[in-house]
Amino acid sequence: MGTSLPNARGYFGDFGGKFVPETLFDCLKELEDTFGKSVKDPSFNREFTQCLNTYAGRPTPLYFAPRLSKEIKPGVRIYLKREDLCHTGAHKINNTIGQILLALRMGKKRIIAETGAGQHGVATATVCAKFGLRCDIYMGQEDIHRQSLNVFRMELLGARVIPVTSGSQTLKDACNEAIRDWVTNVKTTHYLLGSVVGPHPYPLLVRYFQSVIGKEAKKQLRSREERLPHYLIACVGGGSNSIGLFHPFVHDKKVNMIGVEAAGYGLSTGRHAASLVCGEVGVLHGARSYVLQDADGQIKTAHSISAGLDYPGVGPEHAYYKKTRRAHYVAVTDTEALRGFRMLSELEGIIPALEPAHAIAYLPKLAKKLRKGNICIVCLSGRGDKDITIIRGISQKK
Amino acid sequence: MNRIDAVFTQLRQEKKKAFIPFFVAGIPDYRTIRELVLRLEECGVALIELGVPFSDPLADGPIIQMASTEALKMGVTSRSVFSFVEDLRKITQIPIALLTYCNPIFKYGVERFVSRAITSGVDGIIAPDLPPDESALFTACAKRHNLKTIFLATPTTTHERLKKIASASTGFLYYVSVTGITGPRDTLPGDIRAHLCHIKRITRKPVCVGFGISHEHQARMLAPYADGIIVGSALVRILCQERNKKTAQQRILHIVKKMQRAVNAPRS
Repeated sequence: MGTSLPNARGYFGDFGGKFVPETLFDCLKELEDTFGKSVKDPSFNREFTQCLNTYAGRPTPLYFAPRLSKEIKPGVRIYLKREDLCHTGAHKINNTIGQILLALRMGKKRIIAETGAGQHGVATATVCAKFGLRCDIYMGQEDIHRQSLNVFRMELLGARVIPVTSGSQTLKDACNEAIRDWVTNVKTTHYLLGSVVGPHPYPLLVRYFQSVIGKEAKKQLRSREERLPHYLIACVGGGSNSIGLFHPFVHDKKVNMIGVEAAGYGLSTGRHAASLVCGEVGVLHGARSYVLQDADGQIKTAHSISAGLDYPGVGPEHAYYKKTRRAHYVAVTDTEALRGFRMLSELEGIIPALEPAHAIAYLPKLAKKLRKGNICIVCLSGRGDKDITIIRGISQKK
Repeated sequence: MNRIDAVFTQLRQEKKKAFIPFFVAGIPDYRTIRELVLRLEECGVALIELGVPFSDPLADGPIIQMASTEALKMGVTSRSVFSFVEDLRKITQIPIALLTYCNPIFKYGVERFVSRAITSGVDGIIAPDLPPDESALFTACAKRHNLKTIFLATPTTTHERLKKIASASTGFLYYVSVTGITGPRDTLPGDIRAHLCHIKRITRKPVCVGFGISHEHQARMLAPYADGIIVGSALVRILCQERNKKTAQQRILHIVKKMQRAVNAPRS
């Protein structure tokens, strides 16, 4: 399972597909063809790897976290895959480098992207500056407010940040607006989608570029421990860092994969972003997957303290992993995530972004299942600099 | 015979073109839409396109987005739209096509949605994010119930896809005049006529043009190359902005009458 999916129509089992306006079909075909040719082209892969190594700072370390391990359960070994040390501060750069190389091959002159926390926006603005392409980033007004530092970074990099005031004014609406722009400017513009969501071939190609996370981690752990991990743990919003970590292990049946969603104020409050844990099958942004929706099929507004997880949908491959039980999905609340944030900062001297703080926060809950000698890899998908203002705000309120 | 097929057969016999107004269901309220539909039928409007609001209307510009948000706030749902049409069917047989995004159809259940559409008196469905490639179940159900499935073609559609879309479309084929989302445009792309001629060579099914059309001269220019002209945002804007519902109705009727004349103007 896994490597042969998605099928030619972009499906992972029942999930995926191309539920998009007709205008985009030709362009999706062009993207699919370009991607298909590029992955078989050694010069493309060489250029991609070279950019990752000399520009993005790969490979990132696989760090053994001794004090965190001891805190969770003595005898357990917890490793952190340090995507927070990537250039621009998160794993997002892996995908933006890959996609901009595709955009250049397609001769596109302009890049658009959506962003929630601003990490994907910054990573997109960065590669656009590096390769000299015009860049417009759609960002919800609410997110612009809570991630103002990243807005300023994008502007410094020469991108235009376009505020989105429709709907919930967060990531979902930024996606809508980016798709509308793309429908209008499809001939000249590449939509640099930031996660394993959206219509085929996006979930496939974003996975390809993000799989570097899991491939490196697998190799690094083998050289350190001479074995596979027992658990992989990663946060899931759209699901790109988690797919990046999980996918290279998908055939290793003994490796447990756990995706941690945002439970926001709590699953019972209805104000959360746990599409896999609490959602239903539906169509959002071009793919059939799990979504948060009401009885009439209207998409609900998600909530999470972390802007990067604040999304009412999830990548179709995760939906497939859930359905086939290849991965297990859980959710932790805003409060728990904040505890995870502090725990990692204080025990290891690593300030995580609020997104992977959710993955860290799940560790104490996993502890009772863990046995002595168990090895866990947690994807530390981004660093916390962007969240400092939010954390300070919360600390001052108390 | 399905009402959409019947109306196009009749129009062709009379060598006339259809003018198709689009409204968002429940905007400004169901009563106003109901009265409008009746008045428009008196004016000879061939077909009504009614939008079911959706939270994330990807193919729509700001006017229809705002109207949809408003309609959702007022509690308009697929269910209430079906009841509205059912009620309307007691007094009019004007063909009605619903425009809805695919998620509300899936949530309702494809089979149930199609069967409820037919029992309530809906004649066709337009779903802008449900291309023929993803619609096997939907088209099969619709075929069984004789509900028309109207697919969209656009300026970026390739020849191969055009054949697929034409073959999947029943009732009529919806040609999107612009590469983009809904909303009035001052100028339309110069090659629309060429595209329409191309489509006409591929299919004998009726072809209606929409997106971006708001001026009479645009309707007059396009009508000879199509079987119908669809105008949405320009009308929805009036219904959203004009506070006085009577005035809004008058303004809509005025525009529709002008458009009706424009689409059936003798070719100069």
